[in-house]
Amino acid sequence: MIDRDRVLQVARLARLRLDESSGEVEQMARELSGILDHVDAIGGLDLEGVEPTSHVVDLVNVLRVDRVGPSLRREAALAPAPDPAEGSFRVPSPQA
Amino acid sequence: MADFEAVIGLEIHVQLATKTKMFCSCELSFGAEPNIHTCPVCLGHPGTLPVSNEQAIRFGIETALALGCEIAPRSIFHRKNYFYPDLSKGYQISQYDIPLGSSGRLGEVRIHRAHLEEDAAKLSHLGESGRIDGSDASLVDFNRGGTPLIEIVTEPDIRDAAIAREWLQLLRSTLRQLGVSDCNMEEGSLRCDANISIRRRGEPELGVKTELKNMNSFRFIERGIEAEIARQIELVEAGGRVDQATMHFDPASGSLTVLRSKEFAHDYRYFPEPDLVPLAPSLELIAEIRAALPELPETRIERYIGELGIPGDAARVLGFDAAAAEFFEAALALGGASPSALSGWVTGELAAALREAGHAGVGDSALSSSGLAALAGLVEAKTINRRTGREILVRLVSQGGDPVAIVEAEGLGSVSDADALSEIVDRALAAQPKAADQVAAGNQKAVGPIVGFVMRETKGRADGPEVTRLIRAKLGLD
Ligand SMILES: [Zn+2]
Repeated sequence: MIDRDRVLQVARLARLRLDESSGEVEQMARELSGILDHVDAIGGLDLEGVEPTSHVVDLVNVLRVDRVGPSLRREAALAPAPDPAEGSFRVPSPQA
Repeated sequence: MADFEAVIGLEIHVQLATKTKMFCSCELSFGAEPNIHTCPVCLGHPGTLPVSNEQAIRFGIETALALGCEIAPRSIFHRKNYFYPDLSKGYQISQYDIPLGSSGRLGEVRIHRAHLEEDAAKLSHLGESGRIDGSDASLVDFNRGGTPLIEIVTEPDIRDAAIAREWLQLLRSTLRQLGVSDCNMEEGSLRCDANISIRRRGEPELGVKTELKNMNSFRFIERGIEAEIARQIELVEAGGRVDQATMHFDPASGSLTVLRSKEFAHDYRYFPEPDLVPLAPSLELIAEIRAALPELPETRIERYIGELGIPGDAARVLGFDAAAAEFFEAALALGGASPSALSGWVTGELAAALREAGHAGVGDSALSSSGLAALAGLVEAKTINRRTGREILVRLVSQGGDPVAIVEAEGLGSVSDADALSEIVDRALAAQPKAADQVAAGNQKAVGPIVGFVMRETKGRADGPEVTRLIRAKLGLD
């Protein structure tokens, strides 16, 4: 069972705000635990000699030729930014 | 200090010299206007898909092979999750449990792994100090975001700062000669972090290590590592203990500061990148790339010392400078001068003459390999003395030409007529009686004015060692 602290830590890492007064944290703890229980159930199978599946499609080496393509105009790139400045994305300093 | 030893491992990030980014076709550039080389992929817009750059993969395999690594038959990319403004997607695409290359060696240092990843964007911190701390806003330039990188991680095989610097220079010249990167530290295309710990000599356990971040010149790397080793030793000798930390070395003040660590930096929650399929280079491709590798500095230096008998210093200079080495080999192939003599010319007088003339390399000069071979041959055969040779070399560098013809046309041949030289030496001894007495009394250095007299008389064309021999003989010293 995933405890409350663990849920809050995962939420913090993912920058998710959970409403602690509405029971959201407890709900998440239950749901995440359910997922992990399911993984544990799979872990109980005898998978000796079975390679882990990182990808479900049977493809390798999908590559692109190293040729320059068009980039966005800067105004277009910056258009969705909340606070563009000096041709750049201005952001709160990460260590302020 | 004597009973501690340092244990140093390096992590080097190298930008690969592709035309486009790792996972999109935006152009790579350094120093361009901010944010003119971006697209929805490298800006991390939802719904976009990365596609790996074939040339970056090839450079990665070349690098791994050049470092003696084994190439993973199948490797995958992972997402390394963390939030930082220089990372558009909230994760960096990198390799994790199966790197492209592993278990290699360069020089005396084992390579733990070499893996591919993408670079972050460039952050400029505003605020009075210009440093990260204390500034309240930052500007993000995504031109650099998504640049292909190879990260090279060594085993902790290095024991002091000077060796770390020397080894990095070997790595840089290896990568440059491979052509996978320009390895320009000032522009950040080669960046080095060092993991440093100390332990008492003979102690098998490793001490707690600190990480010294982002040093951008060889000199700073050496000084930074030295400073951190000294700090740790001082701390332990005073009864303290080293804490795990990330350090920044300020080359201006020579001081080390602890950087605040990224929040939860250790918790990257890696998982396989579902948008990229595995890399599985075929054995044919690996064999083809291996066969096309040029001779690299380490092998070249060994061959020059072992097979050609060239002194170690000259062999290393040539090993690190492929253009000079090729010129040397072209001259050597023409015969007429020994490998040692030729290597001495190339790394000594020629290097100096090129510097003086402002040439970046011998390719910029008018000197031909046959010109150098002939010149070195003339000196080795004592047809001309070394000083005359040096003067002719300077002319060849600026104007080219055939040294044999120059020597003949201008009568620069050594004064080798034994009688003529003997007569001049007699006059020199008569003209410098005080010096002659001192030499006769055993003061070898006093020979200078006498040799100087002979050189003036012969316009510098006398063979120096022969003059000295004559002087000593005439003074009854030999
Ligand atoms: Zn792009």
